[in-house]
Amino acid sequence: MQLAKVLGSVVATQKHESLAGVRLLLIQPQDENGEPDGDAIVAADPLQAGAGEIVEWTTGREAALALPVTFSPVDASVVRIVDHAWSDRKYMDGGR
Amino acid sequence: MILCRVIGNSVATVKHPCFDGKSVMVVQPVRADGKSALGKSFLSVDAVQAGVGDLVLCAREGNTARQILGKDTDPLHSVILAVVDDIDRA
Repeated sequence: MQLAKVLGSVVATQKHESLAGVRLLLIQPQDENGEPDGDAIVAADPLQAGAGEIVEWTTGREAALALPVTFSPVDASVVRIVDHAWSDRKYMDGGR
Repeated sequence: MILCRVIGNSVATVKHPCFDGKSVMVVQPVRADGKSALGKSFLSVDAVQAGVGDLVLCAREGNTARQILGKDTDPLHSVILAVVDDIDRA
């Protein structure tokens, strides 16, 4: 699922000019039970999410559309900071 | 389009402006029987006032979502585009 827990941030001074001012986050994708699903990935973050929060992330062309410069070389971006989410299996609190 | 069951909901305050006023539901792809799960669940933006428990049709493709919900520069990837009343199989 496109929910993930923010593990921390990734710092890169030298990066493509379209990514100037865009934070990079290390996020762990989760399933509908809030359990880790696959490996952690790095996603661009235009919303200033913090460690421990739950975010919705997106991939593909939409990842770049979420950024201030919509023609950027990214394949994953944060589009929402989730306050809470629930499914019939689990309630997930984003800690906000 | 993917046949899915709506199994949950999500709430966010800080988000890309294209999500303002829209519900983002947790949907689980299901087989044609409408019950047994098929693969991983995902998040989908609701365009048809679907509720939890409903059997719905989802499109998992950005251009479809943008055509239904927003501008052609919105980072939308998935949309609930119909609530299924019935599946009539011969």
